[in-house]
Amino acid sequence: MTPKRKQRLILVLFVVFGAAIAVALTVYALSQNINLFFSPQQIANGEAPVGTRIRAGGMVVDGSVKRDPNSLKIEFAITDYLQTVIVNYEGILPDLFREGQGIVAQGEMDQNGVFQAVEVLAKHDEKYMPPEVQDALDKTGYDQEGNKQ
Amino acid sequence: MSMRRVLLFIPLVICIVLGFLFVKGLSLNPTELPSAKIGKPFPAFSLATIRNANEVLTEASLTGAVRLVNVWATWCPTCKQEHSFLNKLAQTEGVEIIGINYKDQRSKASQWLKRYRDPYIFNLYDEQGSLGLDLGVYGAPETYIVDAQAIIRYRHVGEVNARVWVDIKAKMQALGWSPKKS
Amino acid sequence: MIPELGQYSLILAMIMAAFLAVIPMVGASKGSLFLMSFAKPLAKSLFLFMLISIFCLAYAFATDDFSVKYVAGNSNSALPVYYKLSAVWGGHEGSLLLWVFILSGWIFAVAIKSDGLPTDIMARVLAVLGMVGVGFISFTLITSSPFERLLVNTPLEGADLNPLLQDIGLIIHPPLLYMGYVGFSVAFAFAIAALLSGKLDVAWSRWTRPWTNLAWAFLTIGITLGSWWAYYELGWGGWWFWDPVENASFMPWLMGTALVHSLAVTEKRGLFKSWTLLLAIFTFSLSLLGTFLVRSGVLTSVHSFAADPERGLFILVLLAITVGGSLLLYAIKAYDVKSESNFELLSRETLILINNVVLVIICSMVLIGTLYPLIIDALGGGKMSVGPPYFNLLFVPFSLLLAFFMGIGILLRWKKSSPRKLLKQLLPSFFLAIAVGISAAYLFNQELAFKATLALVLAFWVVFSLILDAFSKVSNKADKLVGLSKLSPSYWAMQIAHLGVVVTMVGVALVATYSEERDIRMVPGDIVTLAEYSFEFQGAEKISGPNYSADMGTIEVLKNNQFFATMHPEKRFYPARGSMMTEADINAGLFADVFVALGEPLADGAWAVRLQYKPFMRWVWFGGVLMMFAGMLTVFDRRYKIRKSALPVTA
Repeated sequence: MTPKRKQRLILVLFVVFGAAIAVALTVYALSQNINLFFSPQQIANGEAPVGTRIRAGGMVVDGSVKRDPNSLKIEFAITDYLQTVIVNYEGILPDLFREGQGIVAQGEMDQNGVFQAVEVLAKHDEKYMPPEVQDALDKTGYDQEGNKQ
Repeated sequence: MSMRRVLLFIPLVICIVLGFLFVKGLSLNPTELPSAKIGKPFPAFSLATIRNANEVLTEASLTGAVRLVNVWATWCPTCKQEHSFLNKLAQTEGVEIIGINYKDQRSKASQWLKRYRDPYIFNLYDEQGSLGLDLGVYGAPETYIVDAQAIIRYRHVGEVNARVWVDIKAKMQALGWSPKKS
Repeated sequence: MIPELGQYSLILAMIMAAFLAVIPMVGASKGSLFLMSFAKPLAKSLFLFMLISIFCLAYAFATDDFSVKYVAGNSNSALPVYYKLSAVWGGHEGSLLLWVFILSGWIFAVAIKSDGLPTDIMARVLAVLGMVGVGFISFTLITSSPFERLLVNTPLEGADLNPLLQDIGLIIHPPLLYMGYVGFSVAFAFAIAALLSGKLDVAWSRWTRPWTNLAWAFLTIGITLGSWWAYYELGWGGWWFWDPVENASFMPWLMGTALVHSLAVTEKRGLFKSWTLLLAIFTFSLSLLGTFLVRSGVLTSVHSFAADPERGLFILVLLAITVGGSLLLYAIKAYDVKSESNFELLSRETLILINNVVLVIICSMVLIGTLYPLIIDALGGGKMSVGPPYFNLLFVPFSLLLAFFMGIGILLRWKKSSPRKLLKQLLPSFFLAIAVGISAAYLFNQELAFKATLALVLAFWVVFSLILDAFSKVSNKADKLVGLSKLSPSYWAMQIAHLGVVVTMVGVALVATYSEERDIRMVPGDIVTLAEYSFEFQGAEKISGPNYSADMGTIEVLKNNQFFATMHPEKRFYPARGSMMTEADINAGLFADVFVALGEPLADGAWAVRLQYKPFMRWVWFGGVLMMFAGMLTVFDRRYKIRKSALPVTA
């Protein structure tokens, strides 16, 4: 093999090797970091794994929001009008969060069938993820006169 | 043909495969249904109204004017947000709105209309969701423009608000409707 | 009347673009100087008509002409006038018009700056740009005209601009981002022209480079501004979310960065030619994917595509023609474009090749992560999302790898470097970087975090290489300082750009590792301590602004028990749209940001409050500013001044 060919071979090997590592890493990272979405009904049916990061979404049940008076701990229920799941969360809720609003939460199911959320995202509903925040803002719980409903 | 010539085609091939997957994915889209009923007569029904369980109406009640048909329910949070805007439409613009109370309970619906005011000229009580099924409703709220011959002209999925109304109004006016002079 | 004028000049612009796409192209293939001479006047009139068109839309906004549907949907008479003007690009139709307007601006710039170009190249480049113009002006006209009227019944008041967009960041962010996206169309046009003519020489790369660098600089600052805007306006102190909209701008940037490097090799050494062409095509394709698929909403939801199938289909067809057509041309013609020389394994060429491979890999991984949920959803595999951990897991090691090779590549010479000399330079700087990096990390925080320490070590590694390289450039000069000041602008641009990367890397590493954040319930009088700061919540009061009302909190901040700042975060309510906005208050500093935001009111005058300490936050964006500055600087290099007799000079 001429030195020139040898160099070219080294380069090609490098590229192939790099690409192979990248593919392997991508597949691994993807398999570790996909958050599947579960509806309250699927969770009630036991389809959602315990202790794995998932997303759950539904409408916040009217009157279900309970706050701890001394901290930012909050408990509420989400429903798809078929089943209801209790969600626990500690932290600041998004501006669009309110009772009767469609939300998506990220977190894990615990042993007691309670969803421990680490992040709450308020969206119009899970069927229609708005392409832009703009659409989501149209759906805030205020009417045109500015009264909170 | 040299090796290099073949290699130069690889980007094209990759892109075609990706594009093919992409288009295939998009064409499997379940929400293509919406336009299916547009231009067709409103499906036949025979349903009681909310205000009176003995008052049974059919599709004939839809003819005569360009109107909005609004699918709603008390379990639907977006409907609650939408409701005050519908009130405004009925009051200030004189829009005739027919409600379809979808998979709901009559008592809850009556209470809701008392509490938040009633923008509808009448409300059909679609307890089983059968009319909704015929219409191809997949959620609430949905709003249809129905012309004087009871032909469905337009479908809007989701909340009717000031932004959406701009569009719906133009479409209704194109069908010969005019807003109330205030 | 004015909106109709806008519509007519848009149609005229379309006609100009169509002529521009055809006449000079035919002229170039027939060798007709007469036909080719149409290119410049057509390009200039295209720009003129686009200028009139966008001016008409701005006028409609300024005068609250709510008979125009787009104005009614995106403006409001209570809006301050600068927001009315920026509302021109607040929605789909207007931002598309802005896109096309910026395209015509680039076409105009190419037309007036192309005096030294051979006529046939100039004709082909402008014709390709004309084709792009035809595609997107017709898209605007057919599916998304912003001039559509509501003639029968004009609303008295508009629906208002999204409050999120009522912000200085959003006035300038989209135009800059679009300058970048669209700017890559010039590199694309040069690539297609080179493929058509089968000629790709040093002169070609010399013409292409400044345009590409400029577009890259705009995209860099556009992304930087977007991140800065998200940080203070979305309210919660995040500055990069790996969400599809951000990824869509980041992908062309990664590909464009690879292109900028590959072009350097093509210019200096006549190598990587077909690879450069491919990168130019990919960069522009990703820009299109970025602007249009995000705008159409396909990236966030398949369902929004179906909501407006006409637009979606049009975009897909346009993309298919642009990407498919240019790749087909590439497959057929790139064979004629051959590299002229060779290089040794240990050379700058090899390191730039490594840089390109790594950048393309990162870009592909971002692409996969962005499209994967969409494809799975479209194929009926259920809803899912790919979270930031996916992107971080892949991006962090590859970018650190990139920084490592950057330190070597800067010092290498073209064609061939001596391994012994390289080792002599690199070994001391390697150990010094480790020592200084670890000490710096330790000084900053006694608990050494692995990734942050590694990033600091690599940052010093690159900085030492930059310094070594600058001094080796002047090693044979008597007066080193005079020698340094005589180095070319593009050399300094190279230095500054890489320094910018380092600054951003340091910022990202430190802010991601050492930020402190507390979400907490506070009643007036409560004191919370975070890092060396203590925050006293003093309550909230009602205030009102021009088109909103708000609760304004007062928080007094002490640093090491000394008064530091009084901060006023707000929770605003915009009645026109019924939307809530969180206006955080940020005390920005060179070495740390202090960030407070109001969550929601709780019982008894208490509020949910978010307090954050973010070290080196500014560095993340300051690096972006340096990179932008560097990209702009290259344009001033004398080498790129096109002269009539521009002959390739060997480097």
